[in-house]
Amino acid sequence: MMKQQDVILKVENVSKQYRLGVVGTGTISHDLNRFLAKVSGKEDPYLKIGESNDRSTKGTSEYVWALKDINFEVKRGEIIGIIGKNGAGKSTLLKILSKVTGPTRGSIKYNGKIASLLEVGTGFHPEMTGKENIFLNGAILGMTKKEISRKLDEIIDFSGCERYIDTPVKRYSSGMKVRLAFAVAAFLEPDILVVDEVLAVGDAEFQKKAIGKMRDISSQAGRTVLFVSHDMAAIQSLCSRLIVLDKGDVYYDGDVSVGIESYMSSRKTKNNVKLLEDSKLTFNNLFFFKGGKSSNVFKIFESLYIKGSFVYKNNLPDDVKIELFIIDDFGQRITAISSWLSCISFTPKSKNVNFEIKLENGFSIKSGNYSVDILIYDYNKSYFENVLTFELLNDYKYGYLEDIEPRHHGSVYTPNVWKIN
Amino acid sequence: MEKEKWLFNISPKNNTFNLNLKEVWQYRDLLFLFVKRDVITLYKQTILGPLWYLIQPLFTSVIFTLVFNNVAGIKTGGIPPFLFNLAGITTWNYFKECLVATSDTFKKNEQIFGKVYFPRIIMPMSIIISNLLKFAIQLFILICFYLYYVFFTNSGIRPSEFLFLFPVLIVFMGMLGLGLGMIISSMVIKYRDLTFLVSFGIQLLMYISLVVIPLSLFQKKGVEWLVMYNPMGYIIETARFLLLNEGNISQFGIAYTVIFSVLCLLFGTVIFNKTEKTFIDTI
Repeated sequence: MMKQQDVILKVENVSKQYRLGVVGTGTISHDLNRFLAKVSGKEDPYLKIGESNDRSTKGTSEYVWALKDINFEVKRGEIIGIIGKNGAGKSTLLKILSKVTGPTRGSIKYNGKIASLLEVGTGFHPEMTGKENIFLNGAILGMTKKEISRKLDEIIDFSGCERYIDTPVKRYSSGMKVRLAFAVAAFLEPDILVVDEVLAVGDAEFQKKAIGKMRDISSQAGRTVLFVSHDMAAIQSLCSRLIVLDKGDVYYDGDVSVGIESYMSSRKTKNNVKLLEDSKLTFNNLFFFKGGKSSNVFKIFESLYIKGSFVYKNNLPDDVKIELFIIDDFGQRITAISSWLSCISFTPKSKNVNFEIKLENGFSIKSGNYSVDILIYDYNKSYFENVLTFELLNDYKYGYLEDIEPRHHGSVYTPNVWKIN
Repeated sequence: MEKEKWLFNISPKNNTFNLNLKEVWQYRDLLFLFVKRDVITLYKQTILGPLWYLIQPLFTSVIFTLVFNNVAGIKTGGIPPFLFNLAGITTWNYFKECLVATSDTFKKNEQIFGKVYFPRIIMPMSIIISNLLKFAIQLFILICFYLYYVFFTNSGIRPSEFLFLFPVLIVFMGMLGLGLGMIISSMVIKYRDLTFLVSFGIQLLMYISLVVIPLSLFQKKGVEWLVMYNPMGYIIETARFLLLNEGNISQFGIAYTVIFSVLCLLFGTVIFNKTEKTFIDTI
């Protein structure tokens, strides 16, 4: 049995409801209903409804639950990684943890101080110097002036921006801003540090330094870190426990490598097109072709065709555009194939629409598994997730592309020929 | 069930009257740093810099003097109309700046409020304090003209013996601006209509706040009710009484203003605290 003093943070039945759509004249009537219910001692009528937050289908309710009855406990000194697809509720959870917004239901109890790491340069004033911004940012995060003065040298040293410290921050590169922001937060000494994807910016050397610092924070000082990221490598090397969120629920909680495994396979399950529809249209199929045959495996730069079809249910819209998004294993959009970017929109002649796209030079992204999301839009949007998956293979005539490390090299391969004298 | 002891608790319900003043005190350094930020960055990349704060009241006073006093013929007692107007405008400006700036708190700081928590009230408080600097600059120019009229003309101006109470007046003006500003800022996040109301409402309010037309004239025309319940009217009139020894000071007015400001600030703080928890979902 866990001892009480070991648990530093306890999340109990936390739920968060959001209202979709536009705030307009309807808002007043809802506010009035809510007020009447409160006065007559009833429960908020809008809390009874609401759907889980599934972006791809058009829901019937105006209210969605971004988080629904989340429960977990965090022990002192743990580093917890939190992953999940976009819209799984990660950011909402972090917002509630860092007190930016309140939960709709449930409670979070904790001992000590929670600090969240700002996104790049939020809270920095561009006209003020680096040093002035350290003080301002530190104070925003809850430090006193005295504490900051005491640690000022260490902070400047860690950020590696010593030369620029008396220059206005507007002259800084975005990488330098992240360094400075992270340096301030790293010396904050909170009991619980919440870090949200900041490490995406900054070079490899700084990322290593930042991850090392986070490890020190937890192991030496016994502090707790909650780390949200899409970067599985960083999570694997840093975290001692993993929480996977899915549609506002805790989908997995436990060992890191097992969690990553199950998370990645959950994205890969659907191998071919299933029936996808919303209120406006039914999406029939999407296939990749090479050499006249349907295929799911390609080499880099191999030319291919994409064919797809969908059927409108009722009215035919005009000015329709189609976009395909190529998503990697970590849920990140790597590239898009967009009729809009190609200045193409069309007006369907019949309810059946077929389209064909030729990729003369195939894909120039790193080898690996990808999935495809599709967006069809006129005034309304129809978004279908994970319509199709495919695998991209290396072609050795271009080099060792399987060694591409996205954090280090990026995800796009640029063909190159070398000549050295 | 064992007894659990937690230091902090985040939950949807909060006590309406828990104003978290202790927390505000813990963040006092942040308040000063915000003020410092405002002061440092006030004139960055402007050519005339602080001069703008002199030009605005001076030009306004000149125009008001021409229009209201020379053309419309409003009498300002024994005081030169220009000085009368300048004193009114200087005082009014502080209130106006405070109200307009604080009423925008949530919208303007959406970025930073959406990322990190600190007692939100620090932000409007810092605005009230840093506006004192602009006020001081404008007060300085008022004093210059004041001294000119005292030494180089025989207008016989002298301050009231209660001049030392002037800072108290400013405090109440700040409280009023802060209170009203917080009330508006809390409502403006849901109903943007208020933004428009504030920007022209404040202009209209000026005319019934005795900035250009003295109370005596309202009384003479029998429309005293127009200004009777406007605390800013009493503040401006009292300010002019303290500075120029002109105008009348009413005990009812002062009591009314004090009570109104205190209630306004209290109400503003309560509604502001209630809003800060979830405003980021609405904005």
